[in-house]
Amino acid sequence: MKPFEYIPRDRGVHPPAYTPGYKTSVARSPRLPLLSLQNSLSEITGPTFGQGDLGPLDNDLIRNYAKTGDPVGERIVVHGRVLDENGRGVPHTLVEVWQANAGGRYRHVKDTYFAPIDPNFGGCGRVLTDEQGFYHFRTIKPGAYPWRNGVNDWRPAHIHVSVFGQAFVQRLITQMYFEGDPLIPRCPIAATIPDPKALERLIAPLDLNAAIPLDCLAYKFDIVLRGTRSTLFENRLEGN
Amino acid sequence: MPQTLDYLKESPSQTAGPYVHIGLAPGAAGFSIFERELGQDIAGPNAEGERIRVEGVVTDGTGAPVKDVLLEVWQADDEGRHPHPRDPRHAEVAEGFRGWGRIIPDFETGLWSFDTVKPGPVMGRHGRLMAPHITFWLVARGINIGLNTRLYFGDEEAANAADPVLGLIEQVHRRRTLIATREDREGRAVYRFDIRLQGEGETVFLDI
Ligand SMILES: [Fe+3]
Repeated sequence: MKPFEYIPRDRGVHPPAYTPGYKTSVARSPRLPLLSLQNSLSEITGPTFGQGDLGPLDNDLIRNYAKTGDPVGERIVVHGRVLDENGRGVPHTLVEVWQANAGGRYRHVKDTYFAPIDPNFGGCGRVLTDEQGFYHFRTIKPGAYPWRNGVNDWRPAHIHVSVFGQAFVQRLITQMYFEGDPLIPRCPIAATIPDPKALERLIAPLDLNAAIPLDCLAYKFDIVLRGTRSTLFENRLEGN
Repeated sequence: MPQTLDYLKESPSQTAGPYVHIGLAPGAAGFSIFERELGQDIAGPNAEGERIRVEGVVTDGTGAPVKDVLLEVWQADDEGRHPHPRDPRHAEVAEGFRGWGRIIPDFETGLWSFDTVKPGPVMGRHGRLMAPHITFWLVARGINIGLNTRLYFGDEEAANAADPVLGLIEQVHRRRTLIATREDREGRAVYRFDIRLQGEGETVFLDI
């Protein structure tokens, strides 16, 4: 068996735990250092998913909750690839998404924003990547919404994205933003990412070539998960 | 200029936010959309081993329960095998054992619980056995990048004492933060595992 060990996480591309501009993080951030652990079998394995876990409409947010017709809003396709740090596609991995409706309202018992609930929009979907790591889903463009942080803070339009990869160490939740949104540089949550170059990697460009004429615009969003190290001369980590 | 290394950088993490349940556990968000919600059954009906319950509360730096947390767990079966192709013994795992679960607390109290089988010891690095443990991953509003930790079992004293990961925790008293206490309730083992994000008794979180 080939040895598997993941490239240690570069914490510099991620937000630190404590980011006072995002107030909720203040009481929810560990203050003591994380304990660094070399990978063992518990970390290089992780849950696996198959088509049997999903339904046929799971990646179509325009249809998967429709009751009386299509949801209101700008119809879009989001497509891209899940890759690892070595540039290899991550096959058969689960991508889950959730988002507000076109008015910026979530279908959640705890969301009390007065923009209306859309009776035809659930706001969540999921898809497995193909053999080469490609995925796509269809949805409507989410609206911006206000949130309680500063008195007048607004979230840019965004889609929440959860990805598994092939090992529990690759588990990642992030958010996809939309090219050209003037709220991105004003968002305290986007600003938790210290490096502006890293934040740019969460902004999906408009991709007219993937648009469906007279139907849907398209955005392209690639997601990079941690990659395995090339352990050319090491012993297998599970012991010998 | 030397040649460039063409590695990509991992996508930066962003908080799961307050509405994480919509995407990962829509039932908890108050609606039904998927035929099957994922992560509801960790061990399945066929796995051997002791059936246990694990429960706890995640608290923040002020001591308040984190009621909107979402936890995921990953574990081996009772013989220390993972249902994953990289585990040399994965073919022996019982049909239906997923080893993975998603846990949502009660939104009023923050108390969460899940049922599973107690895992067996797992082979660690350099042929050193690791004490039975469950890997945890926590996300919530205000948590910018998912937090990893491990649960160990209070009734595995000898194995815990020899565990190579617990042994790495320099402040010996902090090892306690990873050890769940066992109680027998109506004939079944219930392990209590509280997680403290910050402050007095802060849980040891792992960079895995
Ligand atoms: Fe959001």
